Amino acid sequence: MHFSLRSAYAIYQREMSRAFRTAFQSILSPVLTTSLYFVVFGSVIGARMEPIGGVPYGAFIIPGLLMLTLLGETTSNASFGIYMPRFTGTIYELLSAPVGVAETLAGFVGAAMTKGLILAAIILATATLFVDYEIKYPLFAAVYIMLVAASFALFGFILGIWADSFEKLGIIPLLILTPLTFLGGTFYSIRDLPGPWDTIALANPIAFLVSGLRFSFYGVADVPIGVSLGLTLGFLALCTVVIAVIFRTGWRLRE
Amino acid sequence: MQEPILSIRGLTKTYKNGPRALDSVDLDIRRGEIFALLGPNGAGKTTLIGAVCGLVRPTGGTIHAFGHDLSRDWRSARARIGLVPQELSTDMFETVRRAVTYSQGLFGKPRDPARIDEILRSLSLWDKRDSQIRALSGGMKRRVLIAKALAHDPELLFLDEPTAGVDVELRKDMWQQIAALKERGVTIILTTHYIEEAEEMADRVGIIRGGRILMVDEKRAMMERLGTTEAVIDLAAPLSDIPPAIAAFPVETSTDGLRLIYRGGNGQGGGRAQVAQLTQALTRAGIGYTSIDIHDSSLEDIFVGLLGEKEAA
Repeated sequence: MHFSLRSAYAIYQREMSRAFRTAFQSILSPVLTTSLYFVVFGSVIGARMEPIGGVPYGAFIIPGLLMLTLLGETTSNASFGIYMPRFTGTIYELLSAPVGVAETLAGFVGAAMTKGLILAAIILATATLFVDYEIKYPLFAAVYIMLVAASFALFGFILGIWADSFEKLGIIPLLILTPLTFLGGTFYSIRDLPGPWDTIALANPIAFLVSGLRFSFYGVADVPIGVSLGLTLGFLALCTVVIAVIFRTGWRLRE
Repeated sequence: MQEPILSIRGLTKTYKNGPRALDSVDLDIRRGEIFALLGPNGAGKTTLIGAVCGLVRPTGGTIHAFGHDLSRDWRSARARIGLVPQELSTDMFETVRRAVTYSQGLFGKPRDPARIDEILRSLSLWDKRDSQIRALSGGMKRRVLIAKALAHDPELLFLDEPTAGVDVELRKDMWQQIAALKERGVTIILTTHYIEEAEEMADRVGIIRGGRILMVDEKRAMMERLGTTEAVIDLAAPLSDIPPAIAAFPVETSTDGLRLIYRGGNGQGGGRAQVAQLTQALTRAGIGYTSIDIHDSSLEDIFVGLLGEKEAA
């Protein structure tokens, strides 16, 4: 299979420069929002809360808040990255260039992942200002965060190709991902929910992701880690297949 | 004969729920030429370019560029093709230099700042190299698009309406740029509404309408074959009929009989010689005249006439 590193790097570099050009929106804004969660729920309210599963409440919410930012930002960045060229017409250059699906994804999805990982690192560093915590399995946490970032960057890329308006571009992150993350055990353990809500909560796939990341942090989880990991890998594979089909058929890219 | 740089056979494109934009188009482009594709709005010019450049998925037919079948070896072919689109589509917040550098990398070329500088200077963009594209005028944005298309040194360049919305001075400047590209061996295919643009620059001309190529020929040959000379002779006294002395010439009188109108020749001088013979015949026959207005048909006249004939057919 042919792969042009130069082409992929050109796309990646341009996407990264766009992020730094709009640093307030891309980086400072989500960090500020998450910091406010740490202040309100971690320091102020968290100090009055009982530990959950032996984890102090302020530390307990870190993986969920990290997931909230990671999902929203990687999805938005990747979707915006491919939607804007479609909207402005500059996609002609990408389509007429000798680049295929591999370079395109490496550029757009790689940049969205990088931005997500930078944000994750900043948020974790910011959390230390408000909450005491230690990561039990740091290597696994890093791999898991990268897997989630890659999956949702791919998902965002699909979203950016599907959307034909800015409204549609914002619908999924705002109306689906954010509520599902809130309800997916970010601020509580779904095992503490009364029946039948503890079972219903398992229909929310984001609950598995939050649980998986929490396991990597503290060794405690609402669902088995193998299930969380399998679901993440399955979603990654599904998004990859959908994108391959999009490029093969030219859906919404080539007339 | 040298293999064409681009060879299109039976190219067809039917848009979903739409008309047939291209209808079995056959076209060969010779290496090093400037080929002008003329046609009214909706004729299929942009679709044809899009099909070659990868923006449009053909419904049928084959495209070979540099001997490569584009449906299979699209990578190697696209690396040698440049496109300047009709719309001013650029990343408005990017600086000129960064936008052109991006294009160079996107097409897989190693980073070459010296080449970027050379392109920016040749297109008079040097002073604007660090300006955001949104701050540039329409004409300068068009140059940026050309600079981006040249960043990977294409051998085949598509210019889709390159001077649309550009003022006369800048248009002529752009013609010089295009001529300079040809000098460097770049094969150029341009679509244009300005027939004078094709007349000025093209080696060959193709006329497309309703997705079909109506005619492809050398510009000179087309003008010789289809061109005419029109002469309007203001007479000193009205004529009721064409006198026998000039009956052999392709002439007619105006309704008031005060004008004698000649239409003939080949548009390349033959008509003018015949008009000279006509005036001698008029003098010999004692028919006085006060003025003569001679006009050789332009490519535009041929274009309009050809489209009119097809419309009538």
